[in-house]
Amino acid sequence: MNFNRNTALASSLALVLGFATPVFADIKIGSTISETGPASFLGDPEAKTLKMLVEEINAAGGVNGEKINLILYDDGGDPNKARTFATRLVEDDKVVAVIGGTTTGTSMAIIPVFEDAEIPFISLAGAIEIIDPVRPHTFKTPHTDRMACAKIFEDMKKNGITKIGMISGSDGFGASMHKQCLQIIGEYGIQVLADETYSPADADMTPQLTNIKSKAGVQAVLNPGFGQGPAIVTRNYAQLALGLPLYQSHGVASDGFIELAGAKAAEGVRLPGTALLVASLLPENDPQRSVVVAYKAAYEKATGKPVSTFGGYAHDALRILVDAIKRAGSTEPSAIRDAIEGTHGLVGTTGTVTMSAKDHLGLDLSAFRMLRIENGGWKIVE
Amino acid sequence: MPEFLQFLLSGITVGAVYALVALGFTIIYNASGVVNFAQGEFVMLGGMITVFTYAAGLPLPLAALIAILATAAIGVALNTLAIAPARGAPVVSLIIITIGASILIRGATQLVFDKQLHRFPAFSGDTPIAIGGATILPQSLWVISGAFAIFLLLWLFFTRTLIGRAVLATANNRVAAQLVGINTNFVMTLSFAMSAAIGALAGVLVTPITLTSYNIGLAFALKGFAAAMIGGMGNPKGALVGGLLLGILEAMTAGYISSQYKDATAFIVILVVLFAMPQGLFGSKSTDRV
Amino acid sequence: MIMRPSNKVVTLVILAAIILIAPIFFPSSYYFRVGSLIFVNGLAVTGLVILLGYAGQISLGHAGFVGIGAYACALAPVHLGLHPALAAILGAFLSAVIAFLVGRPILRLKGYYLAVASLGFGILVSMVLSNEAQLTGGPDGMPVPELGLRAGLKTIGIDLSNTEFWYALSGLVLVVGAWLALNLYDSSTGRALRALHGSEVAARTVGIDVAHYKLQAFIISAVYASVSGSLLALQNKFVTPDIAGFLHSIEMVTMAVLGGAGSVFGAILGGAILTTLPQVLTVFQEYEQLMLGLIMMLVMIFMREGLLPAIARRLRGRGE
Repeated sequence: MNFNRNTALASSLALVLGFATPVFADIKIGSTISETGPASFLGDPEAKTLKMLVEEINAAGGVNGEKINLILYDDGGDPNKARTFATRLVEDDKVVAVIGGTTTGTSMAIIPVFEDAEIPFISLAGAIEIIDPVRPHTFKTPHTDRMACAKIFEDMKKNGITKIGMISGSDGFGASMHKQCLQIIGEYGIQVLADETYSPADADMTPQLTNIKSKAGVQAVLNPGFGQGPAIVTRNYAQLALGLPLYQSHGVASDGFIELAGAKAAEGVRLPGTALLVASLLPENDPQRSVVVAYKAAYEKATGKPVSTFGGYAHDALRILVDAIKRAGSTEPSAIRDAIEGTHGLVGTTGTVTMSAKDHLGLDLSAFRMLRIENGGWKIVE
Repeated sequence: MPEFLQFLLSGITVGAVYALVALGFTIIYNASGVVNFAQGEFVMLGGMITVFTYAAGLPLPLAALIAILATAAIGVALNTLAIAPARGAPVVSLIIITIGASILIRGATQLVFDKQLHRFPAFSGDTPIAIGGATILPQSLWVISGAFAIFLLLWLFFTRTLIGRAVLATANNRVAAQLVGINTNFVMTLSFAMSAAIGALAGVLVTPITLTSYNIGLAFALKGFAAAMIGGMGNPKGALVGGLLLGILEAMTAGYISSQYKDATAFIVILVVLFAMPQGLFGSKSTDRV
Repeated sequence: MIMRPSNKVVTLVILAAIILIAPIFFPSSYYFRVGSLIFVNGLAVTGLVILLGYAGQISLGHAGFVGIGAYACALAPVHLGLHPALAAILGAFLSAVIAFLVGRPILRLKGYYLAVASLGFGILVSMVLSNEAQLTGGPDGMPVPELGLRAGLKTIGIDLSNTEFWYALSGLVLVVGAWLALNLYDSSTGRALRALHGSEVAARTVGIDVAHYKLQAFIISAVYASVSGSLLALQNKFVTPDIAGFLHSIEMVTMAVLGGAGSVFGAILGGAILTTLPQVLTVFQEYEQLMLGLIMMLVMIFMREGLLPAIARRLRGRGE
């Protein structure tokens, strides 16, 4: 093998493996998201939101005069693949910050890569483990599942409910929320009398609900889960006429849920949701109103699909990042990291974000709104 | 007792879904000896195409018919472009080809349609029917009757019609079938069209219950495959019984033992059945041909 | 079969040479990551060559053993206080025992019945890993402790980055694994396996204990899968039940068959292709899935014995 052939081999190898890497120097922001696979229900709106917003920002002149170059990979919900893409973003694409990690599994798998490389990372997944304990370079935008549980239990307590049944999805989302709810449920004096699960692809949950129904003393039912599961649970719930209040999680907070479950079956379902869902119901003076109305309009125009809470998580992550880069006046990862931690009073779709060295989420319970489904639409309880 | 009845009704509903998928496996297996792992994608396509043609304003029966015909065409294409050229390949290669096909169909569906969940209204409303303290949705009755109707038609097809026997003869010995004048290429095309159409019909029937999206196919394929294996591959009776058995066992496990290990029991049963009867419950006849 | 016994040394030398020389051309350390994934997958697939290529038995549940190896490294250090390296050995031992118990009844089955039984086994393992959340962290997975070997090497003056270290270690394990598999091919066991692959009846009539040898192949391939799972978990420092899932089983079989399950080198080639493909296909963005399915189908339709044998035949044809 002579020298020429070696270089040809090397460059063709580089071409094959790193073809997607653009060479021009803008602000490189990386992203690994589950656009396909079992979590595509979450990842798809996230990816669409990022692409849409980056286009919008660049059309308006970019950030500090520089254009954003979004490098987005689809990890299919596979943590191993996510880890490879994370390495690629850091080592090969040389991004300055990363948004992504649709599921808790993928987020936890890629955190070590960014912590080692000291690149700021904003996760879009729910579990509290992502930011507790606080890691220097890891942030997240969605409320923790624990906060959703707290919001739901507060509402139960207010309504005098002390004994509940739970039916949780056995996927990552359902299992994680189930665990975190059980961790704090004691603080609210609520007991779980029946604890059932279902698999994400199940077609019928009447056996589990029958067991909850026949348990004496159950006053309400909580269903942590996302995807088709909660819609089927809601339909089976109506079929069996349990007649008890049904609480869903923030995992189904979208208009699509009412459509899937059917307005009749979904009537009276309660869940903690973000301002995004009830954009038009917000009072004029609500600080979130202009943000959520603008995002909702832009997203629905760009994609022709109804907006979802998950796309909102990506929206907030990009806003936080862009805001940080502006304030930092630099694209050095360390400067961006410091600026993200200094985020103060940034209004997003999930709430008003104020971070600190001890809080890499920056949201409190007030950002959640307890919603009830009435006549096929949302109603703010409280 | 009402609990038991509710578990049973749930099990029969879910079991009928599995049976419908398993019946789809049967024909292709009978004609070609191929287990088509893309069978679940036919179910998905039946649901998705109906959703989008219905949303475009067509009446539901017409939308369903278009979905079934379109899926049958895709089934024929799968045979012509992928299965026929690979004739004689070992089992593993065929498994990979059909899994490749299922990934391809999924990838195309997410591009053509979207990645969201969908459903369309149940055929006869959502008012539950009460039976002895338990309830069942009218759509479940549609699914159950659909499974039995297709079973009956397939059974008649394979035992009473010339073409049905030709399918079995082709599976038995391709060369001999050709010698007695059977157009084996036509038999293969027909089998894939029928299989895909049955899958699509299953998708149309179950979507109001299970909902649909581009990636539900694999779960259907796995459960349908398991059901078909329990009953004995290639036998319509086996597909029906295997499907119902699987559904009822799952529901009973969820009801009486643990909902967490519901799916586990299904696979434990498969292992036990196969250890005791390596050809499945009704499989001995159809597999003697090897 | 293109790898004749005399080619054993050639295969190993080529493999080792590629592993040693390739890094010269790596533009960034991300390529070390891809390389180490290729080696880890190659190891699991080498195990499948013994089962599928030598003995002709299919398994759609081998990711179950990958999961056992991976979770052994996550759990044993925490609960038993074992060093992660010992945990990997424990995982391999556990996989062998489970393969012994499961293999006996399963391997009586043939074709699709064996496929569905092994599939059921794999799904059961991933279900346990996913459901026993108190122990395994559930579907969101759990962290895996540091192997510590890299720090050890540093003290004696060998300072490797994380990705470089894992490239070297998994490359080394792959070469050892390939060497063992190639030796097995020539051994009496290997001959027995090939005989029963050809015809079980014929093998039986010449006095080969078919059940015994099939079980042996199953156990050996389970150990390969387990070690590859351990390597993957230790490298990622995090593990989720996906690693034991049905899709991973399918992926492994596809790698083996794509490259050519009859030879160790072909299977490793298949592993390399299927590992790099998703990285290359990112160019096509939303067409990625479509392309992957298409490539799987095309290779199997037009080169049903696998890429390497097909290419080798073409080269030989040209030479004559």
